Amino acid sequence: MKVTLFATCLVDLFQSNVGKATVELLERLGCEIDFPESQICCGQPAYNSGYTKDSKEAMKKMIRTFADAEHIVTPSGSCAAMFKEYPVLFQGDVEWEKKAISLAEKTYELTQFIVDVLKVTDVGATFKGKATYHTSCHMTRLLKVKEAPSILLSHVKGLEMTPLPDAQNCCGFGGTFSVKMGDISGQMVEEKVCNIQDTGADFLIGGDSGCLMNIGGRIQRKGEPIQVLHIAEVLNGM
Amino acid sequence: MAMKTSSAKFKERVDEGLHNDFMRMAVSSAQERLHGRRLTAVDELGNWEDWRSLGQEIRQHVLANLDFYLHQLAENVSKRGGLVFFAETAEEASGYIKDVIVNKKAKKIVKSKSMVTEEINLNAALEAIGLDVVETDLGEYILQVDDHDPPSHIVAPALHKNKEQIREVFKEKLGYTQTEKPEELTAHVRGILRKDFLSADVGITGCNFAIAETGSIGLVTNEGNADLVTALPKTQITVMGMERLVPTFDEFEVLVSLLTRSAVGQRLTSYITALTGPRDEGDVDGPEEFHLVIVDNGRSSILGTEFQSVLQCIRCAACINVCPVYRQVGGHSYGSIYPGPIGAVLSPLLGGYDDFKELPYASTLCAACTEACPVKIPLHDLLRKHREVIVEKEKMAPFSEKMAMKAFGIGAASPMLYKFGSKMVPSAMSPFKTGDSISKGPGPLKSWTESREFPAPGKESFRDWFKNREKGGNPS
Repeated sequence: MKVTLFATCLVDLFQSNVGKATVELLERLGCEIDFPESQICCGQPAYNSGYTKDSKEAMKKMIRTFADAEHIVTPSGSCAAMFKEYPVLFQGDVEWEKKAISLAEKTYELTQFIVDVLKVTDVGATFKGKATYHTSCHMTRLLKVKEAPSILLSHVKGLEMTPLPDAQNCCGFGGTFSVKMGDISGQMVEEKVCNIQDTGADFLIGGDSGCLMNIGGRIQRKGEPIQVLHIAEVLNGM
Repeated sequence: MAMKTSSAKFKERVDEGLHNDFMRMAVSSAQERLHGRRLTAVDELGNWEDWRSLGQEIRQHVLANLDFYLHQLAENVSKRGGLVFFAETAEEASGYIKDVIVNKKAKKIVKSKSMVTEEINLNAALEAIGLDVVETDLGEYILQVDDHDPPSHIVAPALHKNKEQIREVFKEKLGYTQTEKPEELTAHVRGILRKDFLSADVGITGCNFAIAETGSIGLVTNEGNADLVTALPKTQITVMGMERLVPTFDEFEVLVSLLTRSAVGQRLTSYITALTGPRDEGDVDGPEEFHLVIVDNGRSSILGTEFQSVLQCIRCAACINVCPVYRQVGGHSYGSIYPGPIGAVLSPLLGGYDDFKELPYASTLCAACTEACPVKIPLHDLLRKHREVIVEKEKMAPFSEKMAMKAFGIGAASPMLYKFGSKMVPSAMSPFKTGDSISKGPGPLKSWTESREFPAPGKESFRDWFKNREKGGNPS
């Protein structure tokens, strides 16, 4: 199956390991990966800050970039949800609305794609350790992908999953919120990290790089021996 | 209490909230209790999503036909001998109520819980002319006794106080001598309020939902105080926001069920009362005179705008009870009688951006509010829309942010610029690096690195890795 990868800007710049793991995992599952170089950012930072007009230029760029893709797959619930929002933004725009709808329809978050399109629930991964999972808000509430990550993780050999208390609460990232309201954000991530510590897990797994940067940054600051991993890295474990 | 509850700056209010450990503990434990109870009550009803859709449909239908239903309500209240007053502003509403009370030569007023009377600053207006105004909802009473401490939650206004603090307030203000046991505290207040109910000349209530078809007023409480407020005084004045009505008792039933389950996780509250007009011949109790004050105060200017859905709100506070930001900062940080996500949407609309422009940013847009709302208000999206208005219409965004976003818009639309920029990032960041991360960030990153590390950009971007790999380079 042909897959066009939307890597996201955070993965491109800060977490290239996540991108690599995504490519290797999908190839192992029989996909042929294409990465159009003209892709940039989905526009969410500007859009969520109220700069709708400025964000639309980035969005048009992305629509053009992925116009010929069959399946667009991204290792981020939040960025996938942003693509799904494009049709609302271009509603009534004769030139762009149809293209936005077509983009949204073929966009999948990584675990969603594996479970719903590839129809695979066991990717054949092995990963030894005790881990807990952070359900990111945009993946669960906006994209409504709630089961796929845990289904895939439940089949990873050697992996022991333990539930995270107050998992439904946001980690405090929120894009520009994390710098605009840094003190509130700091308290939110502190509570999240305390809950992670309470589970006794050695690994925190998540599906969104923004949340993982936030939670990971706090864990690192506290000097906790908990390793933060993107779900693509775990599913790529052999 | 007017809408604005504090003259301190937003940052100062938040700082105070973040440092109030007791309040934060009270809020997080209340959130957990209410969250669990709400989920149980929702599961028990079954088909929750269908109920939410029905709730949304009812509220949208009413808003789309608001003129019709308001007319119908007013006609039916009049037919039953009640008097209806439409107030365009807070001052008009307070003024009318004051006139009624002065004409009655009344001295003592008992009130049941009402957010709209807080919004129009009614108590202050009445106290200014020497009237004795007594709040009879226990939470509101505690705040009133404590020198008019502002509410921090729309359903549980004294959520930020614990029983020990309440005992201290009562000791100082009421000469209370017993323990901090809730039963003893409540019994003491009950003794005082009983006398107030019996001696009051006027009773003032809010209104959960008015029923247009019958001209009735629906009141939902757990303490039964609203029933005494409406049964004993000779004059009753009910104050309602102009959008708080339903066509018939059928819709009333649906919305009350959504309200009690979402607000406190109860199937029903202890008291649900529908009152129609003043005392009829042969009635043993009820007021001789009934006034319905319907308050606009900025609501009609929300109709027809992209914010109209906020008027669907039934004031259940489910959004507040799940909000992770409210959890950390508490209600007073919002500086409005309407805190939490609903407050962050509503306060700038009713009170203006000058006082409340920070509130739409006090959210991670995590959408927990949207998911919890029993009438499907897209709260997180309305918060984002506020930001859009602040940036694009009000032009209130900070200059540095505007420049950054302009640069983002240009950079993100041009792959060449993006590539150039992203190549610059690692070297631009390198002076701040310690090991593989940044502990003290420059500019806006400073606020991030107060509490956490920021990752240093990798040596090789993903796109470079992919390109090398395609060329047959090192697949590391």
